Amino acid sequence: MPPRIAQIRLVSSHPQVYPPCDDSFALVDALLADRTKLLDHHPSICMEIGSGSGYVITSLALILGSESKNALYFATDMNPHATTVTRETLEAHGVHAELLTTNIASGLEKRLSGMVDLMVINPPYVPTPEDEVGGSGLSSAWAGGENGRTVIDKILPVADSLLSEKGWLYMLFLAENDPLQICLQMKDKGYGSKIIVQRSTEEETLHVIKFWRDLDIQIEGNEAVSGGKTAPQRGFDFLRSQISRLSFRETRQ
Amino acid sequence: MRLLTHNMLSSNIKGVINGFPLRIEAEKVVIKEVDFNPDFIKNMFSKIDWKALADASKIMGYAELPEEVPDHSVLDSDEFLQKFHHALLQLHLEEGALVCPETGRRFPVNKGIPNMLLHEDEMNLDATCTSSASNP
Ligand SMILES: C[S@@+](CC[C@H](N)C(=O)[O-])C[C@H]1O[C@@H](n2cnc3c(N)ncnc32)[C@H](O)[C@@H]1O
Repeated sequence: MPPRIAQIRLVSSHPQVYPPCDDSFALVDALLADRTKLLDHHPSICMEIGSGSGYVITSLALILGSESKNALYFATDMNPHATTVTRETLEAHGVHAELLTTNIASGLEKRLSGMVDLMVINPPYVPTPEDEVGGSGLSSAWAGGENGRTVIDKILPVADSLLSEKGWLYMLFLAENDPLQICLQMKDKGYGSKIIVQRSTEEETLHVIKFWRDLDIQIEGNEAVSGGKTAPQRGFDFLRSQISRLSFRETRQ
Repeated sequence: MRLLTHNMLSSNIKGVINGFPLRIEAEKVVIKEVDFNPDFIKNMFSKIDWKALADASKIMGYAELPEEVPDHSVLDSDEFLQKFHHALLQLHLEEGALVCPETGRRFPVNKGIPNMLLHEDEMNLDATCTSSASNP
């Protein structure tokens, strides 16, 4: 029997809430692809930032479901309609998450620092003018500012502070976000990374990348990511070759 | 909002040093049955700030929890676990507010969901850049 995920007909909706789209499906497919590893991981606290319709956090709770009854789930979104819709979606599937309307994870950062074993994030990633970021209305669900990186670059340090020693992060990016550079940046903070799902549609190329704290990686102090040359690490060359084979669109020189 | 959530929340306003726990203003409390899962509850025991939970539970109308941090051995008592379970997971703040203990700023709770969004002048300049370690 295939593992259960959220059913579209049970996903609640609202005109101002991002409905499940290709990016949502890609992220859930990544979780399904890693299902066995996730079950072995026994996450005790899980969190989604930007839960929108609730499709992803509900699917995660169902995937971990009966075999990981002891996990606690948090879901945040800055859009109050989204947290309400997430709650309805969770309830329709008989699962639960602690919900919070907030910017990224503000309010949870102190108490949950270093405690989150699993994070899943489908951020606003579309390159847009900077002033569209974080507005009210549906555009804030996807508007990502320059190279689509404005919100992503705010989320990553928060994820770093929340993740536990064994913490894993699954995050979705668009080719234009320059995922290779993000992996390098995360590597400087001591994270290994791997592409779990890569998918191209007519409009966009999506990647779901998994990050984990890798004790083999030496943290390179205060070195600036852009200028600093970091020695290639085991496994990392592989990632680099994986990514460079993808068709990046020319958004930057 | 369950008290479990309340136990993990602190005031995020710029300049606030001790923003935990948030004071609860309860307008509407509801009780929602949750399957009793002793392993989950035991697992949560070490993550919980006991005093914050006991005080919050009292404000929500349930005064059955000991005020003092109980010894770990209570986890063998089914009666204790049931009370802990009730306070942590079954009491919901449906309508009301969470109040910052330092500034008195109210964070509304509507339809069971707390809203911790800040106005611009309440945010740290780099509210989301917690990794100050990378800045010399
Ligand atoms: C691309 S949508 C993804 C929604 C859902 N997780 C999914 O995969 O279908 C991004 C979500 O992040 C939320 N969001 C955007 N900026 C945010 C921020 N600063 N803090 C919290 N949530 C944010 C949006 O409201 C939106 O619901």
